[in-house]
Amino acid sequence: MAGHSHFSPANVEEHFEFTSEGRKRVILAFVAGVVALVIGIFLLSRGEGHEAAHAVAAHGAEHGGHLSGGAVSHHSAAYDWTNRIWVNLWLNGVFFTGIAIIGMFFVSIQYLAKAGWSSVLKRIPEAFPKFLFVTFPVLLLVFIFKGDVIFHWLHHGITDPASEHYDKIIAGKSGYLNKTFFLIRMVVFFALWLILWRSMRKRSLDEDLNGGTTNFYSMVRIATGFIVVMGISSSMSAWDWVMSIDTHWFSTMFGWYMFSSWHVTGLATITLTVLFLKDKGYMQYVNANHLHDLGKFMFAFSIFWTYVWFAQFLLIYYANFPEETIYFLERWEGHDKVYKATEILNVFFNFFFPFLIMMTRDAKRTPIFLKICCAFIIVGHYLDFYQMIMPGTLGPNGGYGLVEFGMVTIFASAFIYVISGELTKASLVAKNHPFLEEALHHDI
Amino acid sequence: MSHVVSPIREHLVDGGKSYHDVTHDICKQVEGAPTKEWKIAFGVSCVIFAYGAYCLFWTWWEGIGVWGLNKTVGWAWDITNFVWWVGIGHAGTLISAVLLLFRQKWRTSINRSAEAMTIFAVLCAASFILAHMGRPWLFYWALPLPNTFGSLWVNFNSPLVWDVFAISTYLSVSLVFWYIGLVPDLATIRDRAQTKASKFWYGLFSLGWTGSAKTWARYEYVSLILAGISTPLVLSVHTIVSMDFATSVIPGWHTTIFPPYFVAGAIFSGFAMVQTLLLITRVVFKLEDYITIEHIEMMNIIVTVTGSIVGIAYLTEFFIAWYSGVEYESYCFINRATGPYWWAYWMMMTCNVISPQLFWFKSIRTNLLVSFFLSIVVNVGMWFERFVIIVSSLHRDYLPSSWAMFSPTMYDMGDYIFSFGLFFTLFFLFAKFLPVVNMAEVKAVMKGVSSNYPHKKSHGGGKAKTTTH
Repeated sequence: MAGHSHFSPANVEEHFEFTSEGRKRVILAFVAGVVALVIGIFLLSRGEGHEAAHAVAAHGAEHGGHLSGGAVSHHSAAYDWTNRIWVNLWLNGVFFTGIAIIGMFFVSIQYLAKAGWSSVLKRIPEAFPKFLFVTFPVLLLVFIFKGDVIFHWLHHGITDPASEHYDKIIAGKSGYLNKTFFLIRMVVFFALWLILWRSMRKRSLDEDLNGGTTNFYSMVRIATGFIVVMGISSSMSAWDWVMSIDTHWFSTMFGWYMFSSWHVTGLATITLTVLFLKDKGYMQYVNANHLHDLGKFMFAFSIFWTYVWFAQFLLIYYANFPEETIYFLERWEGHDKVYKATEILNVFFNFFFPFLIMMTRDAKRTPIFLKICCAFIIVGHYLDFYQMIMPGTLGPNGGYGLVEFGMVTIFASAFIYVISGELTKASLVAKNHPFLEEALHHDI
Repeated sequence: MSHVVSPIREHLVDGGKSYHDVTHDICKQVEGAPTKEWKIAFGVSCVIFAYGAYCLFWTWWEGIGVWGLNKTVGWAWDITNFVWWVGIGHAGTLISAVLLLFRQKWRTSINRSAEAMTIFAVLCAASFILAHMGRPWLFYWALPLPNTFGSLWVNFNSPLVWDVFAISTYLSVSLVFWYIGLVPDLATIRDRAQTKASKFWYGLFSLGWTGSAKTWARYEYVSLILAGISTPLVLSVHTIVSMDFATSVIPGWHTTIFPPYFVAGAIFSGFAMVQTLLLITRVVFKLEDYITIEHIEMMNIIVTVTGSIVGIAYLTEFFIAWYSGVEYESYCFINRATGPYWWAYWMMMTCNVISPQLFWFKSIRTNLLVSFFLSIVVNVGMWFERFVIIVSSLHRDYLPSSWAMFSPTMYDMGDYIFSFGLFFTLFFLFAKFLPVVNMAEVKAVMKGVSSNYPHKKSHGGGKAKTTTH
């Protein structure tokens, strides 16, 4: 598209059509994911891919005093191959919850900062939180029924001084880490996110019908409320859903670290969705200038993720406390080194590639470069979450198999299906947005 | 940049100013004789500066034994003041660089003073590094210079050396940024100059600026490149300052959230200081039409946001200290809140986290007097934050027999007073001899944001008809 097109009148009633052809493809991907998952589960049950017995034997001796305190480190019972399924559900549940809620976060920030340029594409991120209706039950059910697979602190007798499984450190945290309080927090966070999103969405659709600025100003207020909620819930959900997996370990940075990972993944997903819609002939009013801004965001927040990741790493490395360094040691050389490759890829996918690909102005304005970068960021941050969750739960039994590929395909296709459905419910452009005129003339 | 502006945006220049009015309003304090108020204020800061210089001289003459340090609290006001000033020195570059990257037009009226303030604040911070050194004439030993002293070499593992690099780089880039931004305005003053001397000096420093389209294009390129360079730089400075503490193994210092939390705190205090200075400047130089309520409100919003981020960091630290189960860490935080330095802790909490929440009310954040008062409160709070982190973590170490308190001497206070003298003397000189608002950039954004370019104003209620035509 021409970089100099100063004005493309918005087709104010542009509606996305989720064609039967499109539906078929997404369903096909979903089915392929299910098939891969089933084959993967079958192979796991046959003990292929991993020698379960060997792992357990190696384990008992080696991990007696496991410091990071993941669920895998303690259990004297034999490792159960089905754990990998539940852990994968949890991993994808947390990862896609992030993408979904960042949609709301992005829109809120735009309203709060009174950003004009993004009004032209705000319908895309605005649709994302719909997927919370899928991830919420996944996380809730996995926690209720299989929580002890993921969280060491849910193990029986762990806080009971009389039990042989008693763990003094974990017992000390039980005021916060206990089943009831955890569930309350989870339900409250999802409830607040969904309520705020629904009321934002309602006003946004009402604005299309009735115009005026009343809805705009109430959306600013909802956005403000959401940012406050997100400021607290993002950190707490990071402690709950991810950091407490390695129950002994702690890092004050962790909340912002996980949030930065969610954030940049969400930005990449927004960009990729916009680009796909453009390829289908929609949203021609989104031009190179808007893409440039999205590219800048991905560039900047990839650097921000790296900053947070590196600061956390450097400070732990430098101070060299055993109870802190164990987290990185486990990922670098522990667990038969199954996580070492991911640790390296993590930095390449999430820092070097986005940093180098998005460096120039032209790259940020060229769809193919943006797509490559989005792919690296989304895959890279899946790996980042994999790296946060797997070592503490599966230990040496982790790996990349059909279970992982199947599960992520299922979630990704479900995400595409749900979001496509949500996108059909409103015009692709918020036609009465007070800043739309600015966005259509956006030129940088 | 496109000049289409939504009618719901507030004006950034009031009073129906024309381009000529901008030049006239801002140049007049540079061109006229110093006012009586200016002379008094400048005189007072010179006196403070002289008293502080005497204290600093005595610190150097006698050595840092004149401070109130003891063997348990080996670092107190010196480093507190240093971190405080570096923090304040974050706002200028943030306003000019980050807000430029985010295309925030409201920055144009405040960036000049904010950048000047940044440079002076960084100089104040540097003065504490020099004061620390005991033998300041050997300051160049902090640089990795090839030398004839045998194997003498800086310790690259030390965050204090990283500090030297970060701050000297930051100072250089901030100076260049500020100066480049000044060039077109200096040329304006040169062209209006009445006396030979001012024609010569402003002419010299405006580097032969012609104002042709090509020079303007280069000006914009350079601004953008410098903004790109200074953004990571400004974040790195306070990150590294935080590492002076966080790389250690002292409970209360070693915590991974320090880098971004220090950066947020720095922006917080920097904006508060800009607010304090601009609220005075706009009245003294009658710049109410340029530094409008809208600008003040924006800065108050940033103060609230960063104050809340800092608040989340405080609570995170407190929570994780308990959650970690590390006895020393938990004790350190309980001691902060309830120990002998409880007053400093609650001072910090009140000033930094609680009082900025008042800005949630529009009537408060658009009230000049309250804004002025709270902007000072924030900086009091931020000074106490550093004091709490530094002194409360040190004063009760692992051996109860060596527990101690810190009490400042007149040289601790005098050296702090010195930095205020330095800061205000420089700021008043700047305010007299250089234009405090960037005329060229204000003119560049006037179309669409000045009330001189009328368009429908519709905000508040829903009756107003909106846009998209």
